[in-house]
Amino acid sequence: MASKKIHAIYTDDDLLLQAVKQTRAANYHISEVFTPFPVHGLDHAVGIAPTRIAITSFLYGLTGLGVAVLMMNYMMIQDWPQNIGGKPSFTFYQNMPTFIPIMFELTVFFAAHLMVVTFYMRSKIWPFKKAENPDVRTTDDHFLMEVDADNHDVEKLTKFLYDTGASEISLIENEQDH
Amino acid sequence: MYTLPSKLKLFSIILIVLGLVGITYGFLTTPKTVEDVKKIMAEQEAHHGEGHAVESHDEGHDASFVDEARGEEGYAEAAMEQAADTHAEGHSVSHEEHVLHQLQTRPWSATFVAAFFFMMIALGVLVFYAIQYAAQAGWSPVLYRIMEGITTYLLPGSVIVFLIVVFAGTHFYPWQDHDLVAGDKILQGKAGYLNFPFFVIRAVIYLLGWNLYRYFSRKNSLAQAETNNYGPYRKNFKASVLFLIFFIVTEATMSWDWFMSMTPHWYSTLFAWYIFASMFVSAITVIALVTIHLKNLGHIPFVSDKHLHDLAKFMFAFSIFWTYLWFGQFMLIWYANIPEEVTYFIIRIQEYKLLFFGMLILNFVMPILVLMNSDYKRIPWFVVIAAVFILVGHYIDIFLLVMPSTVGHNWGFGIPEIAAFLFFLGLFIFIVGAGLGKVSLRPKNDPFIKESENYHF
Repeated sequence: MASKKIHAIYTDDDLLLQAVKQTRAANYHISEVFTPFPVHGLDHAVGIAPTRIAITSFLYGLTGLGVAVLMMNYMMIQDWPQNIGGKPSFTFYQNMPTFIPIMFELTVFFAAHLMVVTFYMRSKIWPFKKAENPDVRTTDDHFLMEVDADNHDVEKLTKFLYDTGASEISLIENEQDH
Repeated sequence: MYTLPSKLKLFSIILIVLGLVGITYGFLTTPKTVEDVKKIMAEQEAHHGEGHAVESHDEGHDASFVDEARGEEGYAEAAMEQAADTHAEGHSVSHEEHVLHQLQTRPWSATFVAAFFFMMIALGVLVFYAIQYAAQAGWSPVLYRIMEGITTYLLPGSVIVFLIVVFAGTHFYPWQDHDLVAGDKILQGKAGYLNFPFFVIRAVIYLLGWNLYRYFSRKNSLAQAETNNYGPYRKNFKASVLFLIFFIVTEATMSWDWFMSMTPHWYSTLFAWYIFASMFVSAITVIALVTIHLKNLGHIPFVSDKHLHDLAKFMFAFSIFWTYLWFGQFMLIWYANIPEEVTYFIIRIQEYKLLFFGMLILNFVMPILVLMNSDYKRIPWFVVIAAVFILVGHYIDIFLLVMPSTVGHNWGFGIPEIAAFLFFLGLFIFIVGAGLGKVSLRPKNDPFIKESENYHF
């Protein structure tokens, strides 16, 4: 089935932000916005739900802490409790100050790396990934808003987008390949 | 224009009166002679069952200087010799006299802990204020009048602390006892720094430097509201930079003078920073509390939850910073376990175990859990909960700096401690309330005030 999209290109981030707000207010659906740099407040204007990546990071951090505790408790206290320089290796808590640097580092390590991997997976980016850029200028100095046009009058929508200040408007029809 | 609500004013006056009565009671009920101490100890023995009290005192004595067990086995002969040297005087004094001295010190220590706790809040706020000026912060100018209001307490607070440390004498500072110094090689070696005239001169310099900056920065800040150029602001910028340099030096020597020299055989290089961290996090917490109070009364409509969010971030970050320094100091000493350093922690862990580790929960675990979520930092009552944890925790922190070094295992948390806390709390509320009330809470004509009022992120 063919899907119709309209690509509206803007040359200024303030203009884009205004256009996004007007388009949402007029009940058109914005499927994607491409910008060369983060535009402050854009996610809020498009109506994207807040990210939950900080929560995952917290949980990964707890995992790292758990790994550190279990690992060192097993190695230093359970498996082979040696007397190393008179440190009290009888119970975990007695020798805990020596373990804290490692507990801290593993917490940070897990929190940071697993969060980054989560970010890659959720954003679907990896080496050799085919770039999904509709217009190369959006990586330099242009801003592109993609609006669904399937259920709308294309003429009217074009007129509307032109009024929001778009410098170029093009209709994209593509066969969906699935 | 803010005025301290009449109920709060009455409340603070009641606290001051109650506190004064309690402090006086504390000073009047200390034992006067060795006979009194013997009576008290006999009573304690009767309460605790035979021999118990005596036993625990002996333990305290063993821990007080060297690792006796190792000494007996011949590992640390030099240390034992040193200990014998340094304790030459100590041994001629009877155990009862030692206890008498500690019991007489208790009301002094109790007053000092509370006096310093509230003074360090005012001083920490002053440092935070100077940093905001020196950094040309764009978010905080709306809070300048609030910070200035809190630092009103610095002058009376620091004068009281000054009087306590100058008149405490051997209650706090064993190096002021000439007989003790005469028999103690270590103290003789430190006499170039730890002698009474120089001690007083240093304290006067701290007092002058801090209060002069407070006076001139307030004056310039108020003058800025009346002019149409930025002259007073520029002056304040320069004054703040100079004050921060002055402060970082005097804060270090202040902590050596007033706290580290309570145990003059012990030293730690990280100590000054550690006290600074405690001071700074409590100060920011109090700014947040006062801001919430004024916001609730509707006096500061130009302060938004974004400003509160930033203050809460500072509370969060500096709680972690404090813990980092606490652990940095504890772990290095615990790990190396050098007898002359480790005594500081041995008495704290043996006699103050619950407080010593409990304050870690109050100062680290609770702020981390309560303030980690970014939404919670904007909810006033969440910030208030975290603030209560932090302030109680840092009161305990100061308590643990002073008490084990001055009264040892003869500590308690009773009328002298509670009364001193109430007295200074009342004084703090009263003076800060008056300080906030003098001028409009909106700083006019500050170069960053517009940015600050529109602040969001």
